[in-house]
Amino acid sequence: MAIDMRQFHQTFFEESLEGLAGMETELLHLEKAANDSGQENVQADPEILNTIFRGAHSIKGGSSTFGFNEVAAFAHVLESRLDALREGKILPNRQVIGLLLLAVDCLRNLILSAKTGQAVDKPSIEAVYTHLERLENENAESTVINNSSTVVAPPKSSSWRIVFQPQRRLFHTGNDPARVLRELAALGSLKVQLNAADLPAWEQMNPEECYLAWDLELTGNVTRDMIQEVFEWVINDSRLEITPNLPHAARVETIAAKEAAIVDAHNGSIRVSIPKVDALINMVGELVITQSMLSQLAAQFTLENLPKLFIGLAQLERNTRELQESVMRIRMLPLSFAFNRFPRMVRDMSEKLGKQVELYISGEQTELDKTVIERINDPLVHLVRNCLDHGIESPAERIAAGKSAVGKIELKAYQKGGNVVIEIRDDGHGLQHERIFAKAVERGLINPEAKLSPEEIAEIIFLPGFSTAETVSDISGRGVGMDIVRNNIRGLGGNVEIASHSGTGICFTVRLPLTLAILDGLSVLIGSHTYILPLVSIVESVRVRPELISRPAGGGELFSLRKEYLPFIRLHKLFGIEPRSPDLNQGLLVVVEADGKKAGLYVDDLLGQQQVVIKSLETHYRKVDGISAATILGDGTVAMILDVAGLIRMAHTGGVRFIMEDRHHMPVTVNAASAPNLN
Amino acid sequence: MATILTVDDTASMRQMISFTLNSVGHEVIQASDGKEALDILQQKKVDLVIADVNMPNMDGITLVKSLRALVEYKFTPILMLTTESQDTKRQQGKTAGATGWIVKPFNPEQLLNVVKKVLG
Amino acid sequence: MHTAPVLHHRTLSSHEEQFLTFRLDGQEYGIAILKVQEIKGWDKITPIPNSPAYMRGVLNLRGVIVPIIDLRLRFGLSEAKRDAFTVIIVVNIGGRLAGIVVDSVSDVINVTAEQHCAAPEYEGQQNREFISGLAQIDDKLLILLDIDRLVYPETLDEVEAAAPIAAMQ
Repeated sequence: MAIDMRQFHQTFFEESLEGLAGMETELLHLEKAANDSGQENVQADPEILNTIFRGAHSIKGGSSTFGFNEVAAFAHVLESRLDALREGKILPNRQVIGLLLLAVDCLRNLILSAKTGQAVDKPSIEAVYTHLERLENENAESTVINNSSTVVAPPKSSSWRIVFQPQRRLFHTGNDPARVLRELAALGSLKVQLNAADLPAWEQMNPEECYLAWDLELTGNVTRDMIQEVFEWVINDSRLEITPNLPHAARVETIAAKEAAIVDAHNGSIRVSIPKVDALINMVGELVITQSMLSQLAAQFTLENLPKLFIGLAQLERNTRELQESVMRIRMLPLSFAFNRFPRMVRDMSEKLGKQVELYISGEQTELDKTVIERINDPLVHLVRNCLDHGIESPAERIAAGKSAVGKIELKAYQKGGNVVIEIRDDGHGLQHERIFAKAVERGLINPEAKLSPEEIAEIIFLPGFSTAETVSDISGRGVGMDIVRNNIRGLGGNVEIASHSGTGICFTVRLPLTLAILDGLSVLIGSHTYILPLVSIVESVRVRPELISRPAGGGELFSLRKEYLPFIRLHKLFGIEPRSPDLNQGLLVVVEADGKKAGLYVDDLLGQQQVVIKSLETHYRKVDGISAATILGDGTVAMILDVAGLIRMAHTGGVRFIMEDRHHMPVTVNAASAPNLN
Repeated sequence: MATILTVDDTASMRQMISFTLNSVGHEVIQASDGKEALDILQQKKVDLVIADVNMPNMDGITLVKSLRALVEYKFTPILMLTTESQDTKRQQGKTAGATGWIVKPFNPEQLLNVVKKVLG
Repeated sequence: MHTAPVLHHRTLSSHEEQFLTFRLDGQEYGIAILKVQEIKGWDKITPIPNSPAYMRGVLNLRGVIVPIIDLRLRFGLSEAKRDAFTVIIVVNIGGRLAGIVVDSVSDVINVTAEQHCAAPEYEGQQNREFISGLAQIDDKLLILLDIDRLVYPETLDEVEAAAPIAAMQ
């Protein structure tokens, strides 16, 4: 039997890491319960204890099955301590929970090491292991499962007498004496003598019960253990006597059955819940029905059938759309995958910083594309760290400011239109505008004469090279700052904004597209080419009146829209395309917004709204300024998808900078060294 | 060949069991806990159930008890997956009506042997 | 996978190499057949803004977006009228696809080591790095191109920076 166990490793790693995340969450719940009650002898919720136990138990079972012996050994000791916890032999106080959290970390490292082949920090894992063992000394059991060798005694020829009298209810456990006899016969030569002494009279007999007994004689290369193994499942329900006919000696041999744990190269995979797959299968079923209906219609088509054809086509369109949505849904995971690590992180860090912080999470069931979830993790960690480090004050400062000593960080996710919004909010002191301004001047990021609105000051924190931490802490790090966070989020087609209220905290709002693969777009005509504008960035479209366009010295054009001045971007000019008509009245201005900045994009015409599948230009070409990706239109031709944020940035760096909506302020002058790199 | 239901809350175990049993031609249905298993079994008759003990929603022992209460499953073989440290669980399973058990860790070959044993 | 039409099919000796030859402004060029994925007729190409002129745009090749390079413009030759012979040779360079527009494809030929001749130094040559060699086939000169360097210069940024190559005659 050659089954390659490696094919199951990926699933094992994934579910084990998930299981550990679950254990961590429950341990934190336990800790919170212990803290809240303020008592030493807290009666923990048995369901929580069970869940934690199950996590370690599953990892132990899987790791030993798949041959990860180090993981199995560690999981074994952790499981036994969790079992003791479950049975009340160990009490869940803060130290115990702290140790168990460390144990979860160790187990995670061991699993990651098994997965990637990277070495683990052996001494620290051994230290935790030892602590775990000591946790319950009186009940110390030193059984460490050893999967690497199996001791078997090869049998010698011998003869056995066996008396087997099963209990009456044997059948009720799904067992069958015939099976036992069959197995014994497989071991050697078997003489069977039926003993039907207990068989009752026909009318008293219950066919569901077993009345028979057997006297057996087995000869062959058989040991007692082998016989006992055959009876293993029925031994407690039977009278069983095994006596040797001849004595025998056993030779002991060790067979190494160690299989090298070869780690799979990392393959991204998704585990899909059964309802999602069922929905998919249903939809394909419907599609097949529609298809056969249409081909039947086509086979004998007459003009009277035209309405039927339209109905069929409409159905096909619906089926296709639903199928598309279901397929997309397969890639969607709940945000809890990203949120799960925060309780632990906030706990550890607030301890380190000497702050008291409670984390509130909501909307973690909101689903997002798997790729987005994976890539939003680091930016979110950074934003939460920022709140912990810079936002929340020390307990003393908070009390002095008339607030509760315990700070609050809120992580909230919800869906809004085609976006998922994640808010990270704290109740700290908010942005300190003077300090930020001073620091930005000191860093040469802004002109000391500049007069900035609070919003503009808030924007400074997203400039490259800006960091207000007085001392470089290991929490927020050195300068790996908000600019990187914003860039990473933009790279996912999203954006991050900050709102601050002095004294009452700040709120980061992260907007992300639901999926990276599909986009709701508006097709527009530029010259003879179709371009796609993401619907989310469109504010409105207006007719262009040439008299509303002004050309300030220094280049660029501004369009006046209800007392607002927007950069007027002629896409023809930008892309080197001949417009359909030189007359501005013939075209349209699409007002777009990205990163809180508006601009007007001048196009020849609007063609209509449509969903497009995003195709990367970078797979075979490269990144193009002002273009985010490409797509394939219904006629098979390729259309470019416009990068609205990029176009607005291009307009802003194209000679003149504008301050949106308020012209009284001086422009923010960003010096060349810190100007955002547009490539 | 036989139809077998495997009940386990860990997907890797389910996959391993299914793959192994499929490889010799058995049809395998998967359930991730006792509750799901019970739902499936009331709609479809299987020849053998292989169930883990520790599972959320409904554990293996309760599953065995519930199945033995159903006429269709009075005599169907049910195997429990246990670890060597679970003597009491094994006994509870037995009392509840389990046919036998497979001790984790096991390899595909051991699994096939046990299944062959039970199915005859 | 589509492969180029193999016109002469016979076993190759160890120092023979097969080339797809094509015509560009009256001159014959050859590219290693192993790099060629398929040949397709002219199709509607969508221009890419902010790209060099020889980058014609992109094409939908069964759902894959493939950049198309006009070899005439790449070599600084005059633009030719598209006709029935204009074709796009789709090359596969380490998994990345690109199409090159040429006047017409001619043949698949075997070039032996003896037929190879070193490229001579000549006046005004700027971009010898795109030429992997010259071959003499039936009294005609065949210019063998290093398609990797032509389509993907060292770094991607150079695609933009790369000036058209001077005429090579």
